[in-house]
Amino acid sequence: MKGLDETSETLILGIGNLLWADEGFGVRCVEALDADFCFGDETRLMDGGTQGMFLLPWVSNTEKLLIFDAIDFGLPPGELRVIEDDDVPRYMGAKKISMHQTGFQEVLAAARLLNDRPRRLALVGVQPERLDDYGGGLRESVRRRIPDAIGAACGVLRSWKVPFHARSSSRVDKEPTSLEPVGVAGNG
Amino acid sequence: MSEVVTANGFKLDTSGKRVVVDPICRIEGHLRIEVNVDEHNVIRNAVSTGNMWRGIEIILKGRDPRDAWAFTQRICGVCTGVHALTSVRAVEDALGIEIPANANHIRNLMMLAQQTQDHLVHFYHLHALDWVDVVSALEADPKRTSELQRSISNWPKSSPGYFRDVKMRLKRFVESGQLGPFANAYWGSPAYKLPPEANLMAVAHYLEALDFQREIVRIHTIFGGRNPHPNWIVGGMPCAFSLNGDGGINMEWLNVVSSIIDRAITFVDQVYIPDLKAVASFYKDWARIGRGLAGTNMLSYGEYPRVANDWSQENMLQPGGAIIDGDLSQVHEVDLRDPEQIQEFVAHSWYRYPDEQKGLHPWDGVTEPHFELGPKAKGSRTRIEQLDEGAKYSFIKAPRWKGHPMEVGPLARYVVAYARGDEEIKAQVDGLLHDLDLPLEALFSTLGRTAARGLECSWAAHKMREVFDALMANLRAGDTATANMEKWEPESWPLETKGVGHVEAPRGSLGHWVHIRAGRIENYQAVVPTTWNASPRDPAGNIGAYEAALLGTPMADPEQPLEILRTIHSFDPCLACSTHVMAEDGRELTTIKVR
Repeated sequence: MKGLDETSETLILGIGNLLWADEGFGVRCVEALDADFCFGDETRLMDGGTQGMFLLPWVSNTEKLLIFDAIDFGLPPGELRVIEDDDVPRYMGAKKISMHQTGFQEVLAAARLLNDRPRRLALVGVQPERLDDYGGGLRESVRRRIPDAIGAACGVLRSWKVPFHARSSSRVDKEPTSLEPVGVAGNG
Repeated sequence: MSEVVTANGFKLDTSGKRVVVDPICRIEGHLRIEVNVDEHNVIRNAVSTGNMWRGIEIILKGRDPRDAWAFTQRICGVCTGVHALTSVRAVEDALGIEIPANANHIRNLMMLAQQTQDHLVHFYHLHALDWVDVVSALEADPKRTSELQRSISNWPKSSPGYFRDVKMRLKRFVESGQLGPFANAYWGSPAYKLPPEANLMAVAHYLEALDFQREIVRIHTIFGGRNPHPNWIVGGMPCAFSLNGDGGINMEWLNVVSSIIDRAITFVDQVYIPDLKAVASFYKDWARIGRGLAGTNMLSYGEYPRVANDWSQENMLQPGGAIIDGDLSQVHEVDLRDPEQIQEFVAHSWYRYPDEQKGLHPWDGVTEPHFELGPKAKGSRTRIEQLDEGAKYSFIKAPRWKGHPMEVGPLARYVVAYARGDEEIKAQVDGLLHDLDLPLEALFSTLGRTAARGLECSWAAHKMREVFDALMANLRAGDTATANMEKWEPESWPLETKGVGHVEAPRGSLGHWVHIRAGRIENYQAVVPTTWNASPRDPAGNIGAYEAALLGTPMADPEQPLEILRTIHSFDPCLACSTHVMAEDGRELTTIKVR
């Protein structure tokens, strides 16, 4: 029944829509993080897509939550920001650039009300350049910030004392992958 | 312009000031309502519009019909699975495929689970806040809340300490200033009638339901591999049984399903139904508001075949049919194949037909978008201030049954089954009306819609047990087949064929019509529940179900259109289904404009 267990010590969540240009930033980041680093069983990496409230079981059952997302900070395209703890919900709802953000701000609020979780919260956000290019993938200004976003995330995770290590560069295969698309492991 | 009477007998008066609510849904979709109110703030004209375009029919052209379910399922992730099931049924119908008994039971079980979960979520998370004042809950006395809870149900979470804890969490939450799901509401409005203790009890159950609802759809995960968007297959279900082994769904998993069913029944009967009665007892005036087409023109296709492949109403756990002109003594048979029965019109929709005075049966349906604003519209194409309902004004088509606009959904299903004399449903309805001391007429209202949804949630939870037992009996008898693959290969198909599939989805009657030619989809049309309910006007001048239901509603304050939300939410609107792809102006939060 392990597949139905939604609890974790740390949840690293990429959210957004891969089909919608820079909206896919969050998901691409969590994929890149998974490709470069190994995490223990107590940490879950997840492609959250645009699932909104469907993510609540995982978000309300984790101690620490790190989110990658495209956020409209009103900055030049590709600018990266790291937001922590109480400021996160404010940024996720300030300027809604996408349908999923309405959903995600509510997920955070509901998780807090339901379980007083997560205890720690961080958002690694990028200013998108373009969204309305359906199927177009990330713009260069955003794509080239993925390594910086991974670096920023590693900094946050170290400060949270989350154990992880780099995958050996000599290894050809990238597995075992801990990336779990939403729903495959049973959800609600 | 002064008063006009529509073809279906409703009086419209557009002379008063215009109120615009956009969007109106709490989760998914893009619905906009415009109304005109008179000098007493009573709604005298209503306009319902979907401001996104759904292009799924065009995406499907030329594709393999065996893949259509996976595309149509992505129309929406809320009532997940309903489009997929409708699609596989349509393709099976076209190709003459009969499914095994187990596949029928599993499909019924998954749809009943969907119905239970969706109704529960709608009541607590999408609709309750129209009736429950969250901020007032902060004034509740936990001890008296506990007494209230114990007076209405045996639910164990009822101690004063429990409600004290919920109140504390809520207080911290409200003080944080980040209301999340509780933002954009009209807290403190005099339209809220519950005492603080009832509000606190409802908030506690809002949270409990949030935690519990995900349990129910695990049934989808077990049989369909994932949720949302479980897996389906033309010919049956893509899961295997291995009762005592590990090569498929075994007894361990079936026991999980059984336990989920037990807990769902307990939760619905001990929490949802008592809450529904408690809340309804404070809002009985809403049994006289929001009637529209309720009790007059109502449609249900019938659902949950007891025996596989038999689509007669006698074989349905919930029999369907059509009620016309308020005559409950007669339930008409509905034929989805008859070109004269179900037709869609686009005279007031942003599509183009060769002849816009005529309707098209879905097998002959055309989806050619054509966005243009009428001469009386205000604003620009990308920022509409006011629609012109005399012209085209919605991305939703106008479906009609034999020319009539129809209401669909839980209330329609309940009224049709009641009129057919279904004993279980009749007992449920009569019991509730007795407890609330209301007449049968009270059903045809905003309150009636909300009540029917609750009753159906309980009905569906109990039916899951019945269907699960039938599945187990069949498995124990040694039948483990889940799919019939005899006609899987396109070589076995006729050159040209048509099919129709239908499902009673949480929000109402859903139909998919497919035309297959040379192994590919020639044409595909979906007529979804919210298309029926949110329908715009048709060339004959009939207004749709939402539009009709809003007429005559008194508003306390047009700046706080709680009354519009109550009635529209009572239909459980879901516009992702009816329309698709975000419009340029679809990005802003709720705006209320009064002109």
